[in-house]
Amino acid sequence: MAGKETRLATAPGRTPTSLTQGGQTKAGIGESTLRPDGTLKVTGEFAYSSDMWHEDMLWGYTLRSTTAHAEIRSIDTSEALATSGVYAVLTYDDLPTDVKNYGLEIQDTPVLAHGKVRHHGEPVALVAADHPETARRAAAKIKIDYAELPVVTDEASATAEGAPLVHENRDDHHVGHVPHPNIVHRQPIVRGNAAEAAEKADVIVSGEYVFGMQDQAFLGPESGLAVPGEDGGVDLYVATQWLHSDLRQIAPVLGLPPEKVRMTLSGVGGAFGGREDLSMQIHACLLALRTGKPVKIVYNRFESFFGHVHRHPAKLWYEHGATKDGKLTHLKCRIVLDGGAYASASPAVVGNASSLAVGPYVVDDVDIEAIALYSNNPPCGAMRGFGAVQACFAYEAQMDKVAKKLGMDPVEFRQLNAMEQGTIMPTGQPVDSPAPVAELLRRVKAMPLPPEQQWLTAGAGADVRALPGGLSNTTHGEDVVRGIGYAVGIKNVGFSEGFDDYSTARVRMEVVGGVPVATVHTAMAEVGQGGVTVHAQIARTELGVQQVTIQPADTRVGSAGSTSASRQTYVTGGAVKNTCEHVREQVLDIGRRKFGTYHPAWATAELLLEGGKVVTDGGEVLANLADVLEDEAVDLELEWRHRPTEPFDLHTGQGNGHVQYSFAAHRAVVEVDTGLGLVKVIELACAQDVGKALNPLSVVGQIQGGTTQGLGVAVMEEIIVDPKTAKVRNPSFTDYLIPTILDTPTIPVDVLELADEHAPYGLRGIGEAPTLSSTPAVLAAIRNATGLELNKTPVRPEHLTGT
Amino acid sequence: MRVTFTVNGRRQEADDVWEGESLLYVLRERMGLPGSKNACEQGECGSCTVRLDGVPVCSCLVAAGQAEGREVVTVEGLADFARQRAESGGCASGACGTSIDEAQRWQARPADSQTGEGAELSPIQQAFIDAGAVQCGFCTPGLLVAADELLERNDSPSDADIREALSGNLCRCTGYEKILDAVRLAAARGEHRTAGQGA
Ligand code: FES
Ligand code: FES
Repeated sequence: MAGKETRLATAPGRTPTSLTQGGQTKAGIGESTLRPDGTLKVTGEFAYSSDMWHEDMLWGYTLRSTTAHAEIRSIDTSEALATSGVYAVLTYDDLPTDVKNYGLEIQDTPVLAHGKVRHHGEPVALVAADHPETARRAAAKIKIDYAELPVVTDEASATAEGAPLVHENRDDHHVGHVPHPNIVHRQPIVRGNAAEAAEKADVIVSGEYVFGMQDQAFLGPESGLAVPGEDGGVDLYVATQWLHSDLRQIAPVLGLPPEKVRMTLSGVGGAFGGREDLSMQIHACLLALRTGKPVKIVYNRFESFFGHVHRHPAKLWYEHGATKDGKLTHLKCRIVLDGGAYASASPAVVGNASSLAVGPYVVDDVDIEAIALYSNNPPCGAMRGFGAVQACFAYEAQMDKVAKKLGMDPVEFRQLNAMEQGTIMPTGQPVDSPAPVAELLRRVKAMPLPPEQQWLTAGAGADVRALPGGLSNTTHGEDVVRGIGYAVGIKNVGFSEGFDDYSTARVRMEVVGGVPVATVHTAMAEVGQGGVTVHAQIARTELGVQQVTIQPADTRVGSAGSTSASRQTYVTGGAVKNTCEHVREQVLDIGRRKFGTYHPAWATAELLLEGGKVVTDGGEVLANLADVLEDEAVDLELEWRHRPTEPFDLHTGQGNGHVQYSFAAHRAVVEVDTGLGLVKVIELACAQDVGKALNPLSVVGQIQGGTTQGLGVAVMEEIIVDPKTAKVRNPSFTDYLIPTILDTPTIPVDVLELADEHAPYGLRGIGEAPTLSSTPAVLAAIRNATGLELNKTPVRPEHLTGT
Repeated sequence: MRVTFTVNGRRQEADDVWEGESLLYVLRERMGLPGSKNACEQGECGSCTVRLDGVPVCSCLVAAGQAEGREVVTVEGLADFARQRAESGGCASGACGTSIDEAQRWQARPADSQTGEGAELSPIQQAFIDAGAVQCGFCTPGLLVAADELLERNDSPSDADIREALSGNLCRCTGYEKILDAVRLAAARGEHRTAGQGA
């Protein structure tokens, strides 16, 4: 425990608690240990960020722009401020320092709009009041005079001559190498000679693909509580993916040293990339510091759609060639990602989309270009799969097209070109761990197919609930056809391109009530992925204890990096493992000091901690941990790094940019009502290599969840932005659809464990790969059922019926 | 206005409730029962599902005044509710709840209960944990209330029955497979069997 510290702010009525788990027999790595926060979550006691509460708190509300691009001529807050129950109304003019923007990589995002707004829903003013409805009503009284400006919404309008510049005075480090100031970043990847190689091709297949704007749609809204401290600082309880990244962006805007912004992770209701950027963090702190009172902000769903970045919509042009015997000759491709009004993670998304544009295939001659635009569309940034998703959608469609043109089986064609350990990536980086692409395809294909439905066979009466259209009772199966499709994908694990991607763990070991216990403290954001479960498993495995306490994540311990990029079990798991190993050595040193003279094995044998005892690798018990430690405690905080990466060359894209890759394959079985254009996914089987399943139950849960998000984008999910006005048309769960339990099929999962010798325990990041291939697998299955081309996500009824 | 109703068997009173406040808001912000979640507040996600006189409703769509004089069960009361149902052999009337006697003895669990290991859970709560149906857990309270009501009506639901009963509850994390597993597990363990009689 970190011990009692003087709280500089009064703690809220409910706070994140530490999680203590003991008494389970199956509890080390490789076991399906249950979540330590499970009971709290099923009883309603788990303190999510929107549950934070303080006796004396106010409610904050954000006024957002009603237009996508406009000059702000004036803002009149007087009437809002005069409303009874209102404590503060803030605009750009009230910001306390010269730092008025923030951003993950490029500081281009205004805390509150100044001078102009660049997208629909941009925050313009803040209100704090004693009731959320008072705050909303007061905000509605703020008068803003907008002078509309023309919008840029796609590549053509953004790069046209005389196009309005989204950011007039760019001075970021990408501006020097982009062809137009409305392009955030550009990454070409050139290897071999694609033009020459194309001449060897017997068939050439090209295609243009459109990937719609997906939303993370996590259920727990952006929310948190800021409590002003007596020292002029602030305590912030918030749901985020990376506390220290938030802190780095928040403190300068507030004009506070980082140690005066004390952040604690409160319960996170899902993230999927949508909490990498700031949302209400700075706003709540500003209101709390201004009013001297705790301020809670909870977005409603409408605001949540405006309050976080989305997945980049993309246009992708692909050309592949292949020889008669089915070998890919070359790839030319161009990927245009729409980053919207602010940069967010766009540069890194470009790096991923370009370096993974080939997919898990061997193609020696490539000519690739990926760019991200600035536009007046909603800002886009991180979402599960991060640039690799859009590319996978396109290259997998291409694989089916090439196979078809060659008259080959699509799975065999993929296997023939599949990368393996030792393959050189288009970036020149060798793949130096298992890459079982052909095997995953074999496995997913070998799974038994779901039985034919009765209406496809005997003409017997159908259970309409199982048909496309489901409970709506739209058909009895007359126009229903079945199709099967396959896809496979490659995703990088961890932050790439030379980023210092480290994590920190503090581990304490001591004897409490005669029992050795370990306490693990990291700043890792538990967003539902199960990191807290795995950290306790690692501590048990490494330290031989049963009882482990996981402390709430906060900024009193060093950075853990982001819970994203499938990296957290690898990196913070690695940090916990590493710190435990050092703690173990110190515990053994104490043992040697106390008992070393009694048994020669203390000096000579490899010693382990197991079952609360010190044992030799031969299994001989040397001492009880309780006797070794007595009232001593070992307490260490250490940083841990995986092997470094390097940036991609700006012109050729060459460089050892990625840490590790993960692979998943899907087989989709769909039924389509060709008359009504309705799709029912019957089954979505997945095979994935996870290196080592630290917690098999959680692994399968992650794969099924990722698969379902890919299914969503295939058939229903899209934020629709009006191309003329750049206004969002569907910011609600009524109009933005995510899969329900009726839309989601059985998801059988086959987990392969081929250890990566460079990673802790041989593990491989798992969270994102399943999101890549499920979308193209569903599309392939719908194409297989209908014979249609279908080059756009999501597939809508009108695409299937030609209406 | 003042609103008085019974929550998890306990009479509760809220003063100065504004007419537009939802039952969800009153539960969460005035009564200190944040178990029911606020994911959309427009009746689309089911995270706020509670039982109002036995019927599952989206509490975000119920005006607080509509709950006047009625019985509400939230996820916080689910374990007591299920235990009482099992003891009394069913809940056909939909008027299950805690007796006055029990209500007087009711206490909130301490907020610092850590993992709550050893806490008494309803069968469906335990099944959600055992089946790995909880990830971020934000959808969980609503799903538990809906699933518990399903099992009360139907002690051996088919997969299609489960899907139909839970179709109003969104979950973004799990892909639903393990939620199905949890409901099947709770049904197979059979603790709801006595409860379903007479329904
Ligand atoms: S919060 Fe009530 S249905 Fe979503
Ligand atoms: S577990 Fe996160 S929404 Fe269901």
